Amino acid sequence: MIRLVNIRKVFNAGRHNEFTAIEDVSLTIEQGRVTVFNGPSGSGKTTLLSIIGCMARPTAGRIWLEDREITSLPERFLTSIRRGTYGFIFQHFNLVRGISALENAMLPAFPTGQSRKSLVQKAGRLFSIFGIADRAESRVEWLSGGEQQRVAIARALINDPAIIIADEPTAHLDTKLSEEFIGIFKLLRDDGKTVIISSHDPVVCDSPIVDRVISIRDGRLQ
Amino acid sequence: MILHPAIIALLLSSIIICLMVVYCSYHGWILVRKWDITSGSELQLQLERRTYLVSTVLGYVFAFELVSLFLYIFTAENLHSMFVGAMCAAGTLNAGDFGYSTLLVKILVFFLAGLWLIINHANNKAHDYPLIKQVYVLLLVIAPITVVEMVLQSIYLLHLRADVITSCCGSLFSSSAAAVSPSVPFAAGLRLHLLLWPALFLVVVQGAFVLAKGRGASVFALFCAAAFVVSIVSVITYISPYIYELPTHACPFCILQAEYNYRGYVLYVSLFGGTLTGMGAGAVDFFGQTGSLREIMPRLRSRLVLISLTAFLVFALLVACSMVFSNLKS
Amino acid sequence: MEWIEKQRNVLDFTLSSILRRKGKNIALFTVYTAMVFLLASVMFFTHAIKKEAALVLREAPEIVVQRMQAGRHALMPLAYLEKIRAIRGVSRVEGRLWGYYYDPVVGANYTLLTGRKSLPPGSMVIGNGISRARGVYEGDLMSFRTYSGENAGFKVTEILSAESELVSADLMLVNEEDLRHLFGLPREFVTDLAVTVRNPRELNTIAAKIADLLPDARPIIRDEILRTYEAAFDWRGGIMVVLLAGAVLAFVIFAWDKGSGLSAGERREIGILKAIGWETSDILLMKFWEGAVISLTAFLLGTILAYLHVFFASSILFGPALKGWSVLYPSFKLMPAVDLYQVATLFFLTVVPYIAASILPSWQAATVDPDSIMRT
Repeated sequence: MIRLVNIRKVFNAGRHNEFTAIEDVSLTIEQGRVTVFNGPSGSGKTTLLSIIGCMARPTAGRIWLEDREITSLPERFLTSIRRGTYGFIFQHFNLVRGISALENAMLPAFPTGQSRKSLVQKAGRLFSIFGIADRAESRVEWLSGGEQQRVAIARALINDPAIIIADEPTAHLDTKLSEEFIGIFKLLRDDGKTVIISSHDPVVCDSPIVDRVISIRDGRLQ
Repeated sequence: MILHPAIIALLLSSIIICLMVVYCSYHGWILVRKWDITSGSELQLQLERRTYLVSTVLGYVFAFELVSLFLYIFTAENLHSMFVGAMCAAGTLNAGDFGYSTLLVKILVFFLAGLWLIINHANNKAHDYPLIKQVYVLLLVIAPITVVEMVLQSIYLLHLRADVITSCCGSLFSSSAAAVSPSVPFAAGLRLHLLLWPALFLVVVQGAFVLAKGRGASVFALFCAAAFVVSIVSVITYISPYIYELPTHACPFCILQAEYNYRGYVLYVSLFGGTLTGMGAGAVDFFGQTGSLREIMPRLRSRLVLISLTAFLVFALLVACSMVFSNLKS
Repeated sequence: MEWIEKQRNVLDFTLSSILRRKGKNIALFTVYTAMVFLLASVMFFTHAIKKEAALVLREAPEIVVQRMQAGRHALMPLAYLEKIRAIRGVSRVEGRLWGYYYDPVVGANYTLLTGRKSLPPGSMVIGNGISRARGVYEGDLMSFRTYSGENAGFKVTEILSAESELVSADLMLVNEEDLRHLFGLPREFVTDLAVTVRNPRELNTIAAKIADLLPDARPIIRDEILRTYEAAFDWRGGIMVVLLAGAVLAFVIFAWDKGSGLSAGERREIGILKAIGWETSDILLMKFWEGAVISLTAFLLGTILAYLHVFFASSILFGPALKGWSVLYPSFKLMPAVDLYQVATLFFLTVVPYIAASILPSWQAATVDPDSIMRT
């Protein structure tokens, strides 16, 4: 369970291009549910996601993850929490070019010291679940958009995180692929994972599997 | 100056090390003043990132200092033929001012840098950087000492003059140096070797006590430091003649050579390593009594004590074997 | 163990990452290797030639006594020999006959010696250098001018072996009579004396006694010669290293530049890594391995190439600068002589500056903001 209290995020504080991305956001994200942040681009969704996902620290306010306050944890510890608790799926997939799909999926687990063999097995299993086992050794540049996305999802799941965060996941997908994607998220939710999505795509926001929709505009909740 | 490549290497590396440490202490100075773990500001983030830089640099400095220590002794060893009467490194170090002083300061920097790394490691383990001030104050102490080391080494190396043939008279008239005895001057008169086995015994006993009861680590650190001094002097005056099987040859450097199976390396590495980890255990214990370190500290301390004890035992074993199996009968 | 697995995984990724950016890394690698090659060649050569000189000088007499007159080397009267023989501790004294002959045809100085065994009159044994310079071989005749202007012909009976070239290239061995005739040396004189002592520890004392006894003589101790040679070679080696300092500096700047100039692709990659859960220390670890792999390979390759260059190709690139000015260069193959000490010195001259130059750029790369990737 994630709790945010009076979160405020300001970029370039004190300089001429000072910009407040998020203003006075307080909310609680329930465990095991699918939550969607709905809002136009520039509304602060991405910033909010990166704060929830321990990628950035808020300028003011406090955050609790379960019972632990993580607001001012040093970057070092924030990262290890992030690695174990969260799995990220980025809008542009952000896969590393030049290496295979399998290698990409295993990357987040490299610093944890698990043996390569066990990681190959884990990734292989995930690839099978998502139907891309035959593309495991291909370079990511040669995969289609849908295949790349599944690799990105597998990568997000390699460390078996409790929370999945997806930023505009259907932005580059047509309707059919979008619906397949939502199907995958249903799987994750049924598995007990908490899913947080940011999207302004109605296919996502109006989907029956979504438990809660939070609207954001200009850095504030509606 | 003897324009030997190794001398150039030593001068160059000490300048590099000095610059790196001084650069880090500049950052350290800012850090000590502006650090505030509770603030989430940009500045704090920058400072946290800086700590990575300083840790990395000091890690390398420690490694370089260690290698440079050996290079220094090797060079002294290699150049001994340049000086009338010098039989080994000991002679070379005597041939100029500050030869031995440089060695002592190098050893000091080695220990301080090693301690810094251990304390910094402990600091990084806790989630709120509890020892950050201590760590950077220690850095500010180390920095001027590296400058002193560089200065002393430079004076020594730059003023070394080989005893070579000058114009018509040969070295007979140009060098008035009497044959330099291979023994290290200050150690000769002391009879510290009598304390060797008691000192080692105390270290082992106190170490076991710390492992069992979790207390007394500071005393352990003190015993280690004392054992270090006693051991070094004993190696020079008492043990090395057994290794050389020659009662008059009391030299700390020749045991590093191939003809003695490089025994010197094992001796010195185990002794230095044991002392460093022992003192590290004491430091970690001293700082880790409160706050976020309290849970993590005991494990770290035990590991350090264990390494220290192993090292001292290896040292003791090698010393005992060298003496028992030597052909020299006292 | 976890730690080892982590190193393996990171190293794997680092290697693939190096190969993915071949252009930049090959440039760095080439310059690095060239750096190591140059410095290693200088050091191997200096070290090997010092060893060679030491070996050669082992055969030299422990003390050589020369007579000085007006500050210059003058002929030694045989009477002095008896005086020195009388000193306690001296086991043997011998007169040596030798001299320099200037050959205007090639503009070189030859060293004339009386050989160990007596040669038939009118014949001589010459070194390879002379043979090459003058194009004379066994059976040929060489003509010399004596001190009084007459011509003296010598027949070459043997040419000294190539292996001894370092010391014998410019040697001419003739018998005693011929030498005295060529140089006009009277019977009562020799060029200098070779003294052997019973106890090597007494060398300095005996040399002092000789100096006392014969005020116009200077005793030269073998060790002094050795020291002087060593100092000379060291000095030459050192000068080369200092000259190469400019190259080292250029290399350091190059390394710094390559390190700081993160291409967009690299920056993106590191951003991704940080976003998916790599800590700053993990990125630093990756950078460390990158530096280590490049350093190690460049160091090894450079050292091996230098070894081949010095010991198999006779240092063709800069031999003359290290051997000294001369007309007759002996062509010789040095005996391979490399030790850990030289490797350590090389390490300090090349790898340490590289590491120092790459720490800051590595750190700057590693502290890329993780959420930078969210924004692109």
